[in-house]
Amino acid sequence: MPDVTFIVDGKTLTAPAGTLLLEACKSHGIEIPAFCYYPGLSLQAACRMCVVRIEKMPKLQTACTTPVAEGMVVITDSPEIAQARKATLQLLLGNHPLDCPVCDAGGECELQDMTFKYGAAESFYAEPKNHREEQKWSPVVYFDRPRCILCYRCVRMCGEGMDIFALGVQNRGSSSIIAPNVPPQLSGVVENGVELAQLDCEQCGMCIDACPVGALTSGTYRYKTRPWEMNHTATVCTHCGDGCKTTLGVRSVSDGTQILRGDNRDKSGINGDFLCNKGRYAFDFANNIERVTSPLLRKNGELVPASWEEVLTFAGTRLRDLRQERGPNSIGVIGSNRTTNEENYLLQKLARTVLGTNNIDHHRTADFVTLATSLQGTTGRFASQHDVATSPAILLVGGDPTNQAPLTAWNIRANVRLNKARLYIANHEEIKLRRQAKAFAPVAQFGYGAFIKSLAEDTDFSKLLHAEEKLIVLIGNELRGGELASLIKTLPNASFALLADYANSRGASDMGLLPDVLPGYQPLQGSTIASEYGAAGAPGLNSAGLDLLAMFDAAAAGKLSALYVVGSNPIQRYGIDPAALKSTFLIVQDLFLTETAALADVVFPAANLYEKSGSVTNSFGDLQLVSKAADKAGTRSDFEIIVRLANHMGHDIKALVPFGKGPSSLGTRADMGQTRGAASGEADRHAVWLTANNMEPRLSPFDPFAILDEIQRLVPGYDKLLRLQLLSGNDQHLAPASTGLVQITAARKDLVLPSADTLFSSGSLTRYSPMLQDVQRHQSTEAPSPLASAD
Amino acid sequence: MAAIQNTIFTPGTAARFDKLATIYPLKRSALVPMLLYAQDEVGYVSDAVVAEIAQRLDLLELDVRSVLSYYSMLRTQPAGKYNVQVCTNISCMLRGGFELLDHCKHTLGIGHKETTPDGLFSLEEVECIGACCWAPAAQVNYDFHDDLTPAKMDAVLDSYRARETK
Ligand code: SF4
Ligand code: SF4
Ligand code: SF4
Ligand code: FES
Ligand code: FES
Repeated sequence: MPDVTFIVDGKTLTAPAGTLLLEACKSHGIEIPAFCYYPGLSLQAACRMCVVRIEKMPKLQTACTTPVAEGMVVITDSPEIAQARKATLQLLLGNHPLDCPVCDAGGECELQDMTFKYGAAESFYAEPKNHREEQKWSPVVYFDRPRCILCYRCVRMCGEGMDIFALGVQNRGSSSIIAPNVPPQLSGVVENGVELAQLDCEQCGMCIDACPVGALTSGTYRYKTRPWEMNHTATVCTHCGDGCKTTLGVRSVSDGTQILRGDNRDKSGINGDFLCNKGRYAFDFANNIERVTSPLLRKNGELVPASWEEVLTFAGTRLRDLRQERGPNSIGVIGSNRTTNEENYLLQKLARTVLGTNNIDHHRTADFVTLATSLQGTTGRFASQHDVATSPAILLVGGDPTNQAPLTAWNIRANVRLNKARLYIANHEEIKLRRQAKAFAPVAQFGYGAFIKSLAEDTDFSKLLHAEEKLIVLIGNELRGGELASLIKTLPNASFALLADYANSRGASDMGLLPDVLPGYQPLQGSTIASEYGAAGAPGLNSAGLDLLAMFDAAAAGKLSALYVVGSNPIQRYGIDPAALKSTFLIVQDLFLTETAALADVVFPAANLYEKSGSVTNSFGDLQLVSKAADKAGTRSDFEIIVRLANHMGHDIKALVPFGKGPSSLGTRADMGQTRGAASGEADRHAVWLTANNMEPRLSPFDPFAILDEIQRLVPGYDKLLRLQLLSGNDQHLAPASTGLVQITAARKDLVLPSADTLFSSGSLTRYSPMLQDVQRHQSTEAPSPLASAD
Repeated sequence: MAAIQNTIFTPGTAARFDKLATIYPLKRSALVPMLLYAQDEVGYVSDAVVAEIAQRLDLLELDVRSVLSYYSMLRTQPAGKYNVQVCTNISCMLRGGFELLDHCKHTLGIGHKETTPDGLFSLEEVECIGACCWAPAAQVNYDFHDDLTPAKMDAVLDSYRARETK
């Protein structure tokens, strides 16, 4: 739209025609207070805090609903305006309790800020306040009616933003009240003889986040602390593959640092203000008393606590002996899809160069290998999460983002609502997002192959799709291998993304936690990484190793001497008979004594994603920085444990993690880096690369950035990453290289096993999160009207 | 529109509702009239009424409850057989509306929005009922009674009691 020019407080400003005066002022640094206005939601004009004087208009005008116009002359601050706002505040405070000293919002409250600013603290309303008791609507949403200023942000957030419509406004005038969707007499919940209203919804807490005051409060945070008493760290959610940015509020406790709150405070990044139930509340697993906080060693058949030194020495020596006696390929490694890129890279490097085997895999939740190889030879065809929020057209094939990838669903809805994006859905179920869809193609269960074929035909659906010039295609885990490849082939101009589960599934794939692929989807032979790993003295890496299931088959056949499992629970996830592992030396590194860990000979207590630093890559390939927010005494990061284990195997850790100055003691280093051939060893090449990129060597072998340096040097695709972007907390979209990737055959086994997580579950962590348990119980009692609005 | 199985309304009302849902450009516009007719038939807006009307108009029950709670003439509890609504708005107030209300409270032995134990009468204090020129006025169900005094009010109440004994 063309720009218009107008004058605010004597300053000449320009903004695109149609911009709301309030937004235009905000982007020029002029603050106009607003309670009911919320960016991205419909206009309400309920609070009158944003009033300004506009020349030639009678009375004060609401800046939140007035679009800028050519030649408009506006005053945003004058005694008249201050008086009007003060009067509004006095009315609001007429029934507002003096709760600030105990209210969760105290210190972050928009009403408090405005009262300070306009000095309306003394009220001349002498009437008794109309008090109502606080209400618990669900394990995570509480409502304090007296604090509510009736801005209706929560109602609009839930309806427009979430498409749930679980909140309404009842009664009239000053006795209006925000009400949840299950009325007291139908809730079946009775406390002290009083029937209580309940919320049947997605429990996302977006309503709480949007509330400008402390009327809606969160079950996990309320009355625990004050905003200024916490430290705040920006990092990435550990739960699903969307990778929302979150700011964790933490405080010190006797055994470390505890997380008290999660929200995306600066509303930046791929998720803006959004977090789902899991991101906002399900960090409590970290404080579960069942957390393993000491290394465990099996003695006389029992797992008993032992010192780090004892357990590391035992495990390292045993691994070394087994490699010696039974060969490298008798050992298997299973990685995690919640550990960082650095840890994943390090783990596969340990497998390939320390243990000397390609027997490495992880719980795959999407077929990224097929995605990468199918898009070889093209550029710009990997969609990012930002594209979901901005692309003019989206095709969703399979999957149910509402439950599996809540941020993706949020961004789709926002894009449809705010940008009129066209959403096309092909699904075997009537997923909730069809309410936003322009066209919905029902697909038979397991009928996606037929659907892909139908795209070449002249159906109404395919005509609509082929008419789209800029289409992004989001693909659920129903499609893999050949079907996935043929879908990609059918839409040669579209860009694609796979919906995977867990915070770093994509990272696990990208970093080569796979038996037949090196990091960056590089082939086992002929790539730079292959030659460097080969030069590091690893023999027998030319052929693919055992995949996850084959490892257990080998174990059952007595052919797997050792198995090292990092942050994964294959016994439960793949329903593996524990007896398979009876003659295998098992090392497990995890947060809890999972079904797999319970069988181990050695258990290392690991830190979770909130307790470490590094980077993760979401399903879309958006790389983000992970920063250590919390801390649990007794645990160590997976990174540190892997390095220490290699060290206790007698491996030169400098060959594993490039750190410090000078070459490692392994390999030929006599030429001190003058030779540039593969034989000159990796530490030298690394030093050369660092110098060329103006970087210093890292000082500690436990510094994940030492491995990030190597990733950037060696992993095609990740060579594009920009440090400044990463360190500023910005996401950046990375795609695998467009040439030189591994060739896969049609016979490649399909080992994708979706996690089947819902809004209220998160793999093995579910049962350790009391909040998720509570919410699951709560939602199950709401069963008679499942997601009332989500029909 | 979803065909309504097992409607809770009489056939006549159900047919009327079928029609109501079709005559407005926006289906939900039929909400308030439907609630009023339903209240007349059932005596109040019960949870079952809310559920059926929501279904008829493709609304959430929450939406129906939000509208329902806005209007004071819609009630969610049964009223007496004869619902006595006494106006105390300005014209009636000036001409003795409050005395009239107090008199009713006294003679019926109940307060605002309460019902006599025999279920015959309930009492409500209401805003202007549009009979200002004959203030003070009261409304019993859909009958108007104006230019009232406490004595005339007694007669009005008696006339309803008399209907019962017949
Ligand atoms: S927590 Fe529930 S009521 Fe609140 S916005 Fe989310 S879905 Fe709506
Ligand atoms: S609960 Fe909060 S967000 Fe909702 S209307 Fe009240 S003040 Fe606004
Ligand atoms: S959408 Fe996914 S990444 Fe975002 S908060 Fe929820 S679980 Fe975490
Ligand atoms: S912000 Fe403009 S009226 Fe509330
Ligand atoms: S004021 Fe009583 S009828 Fe109008």
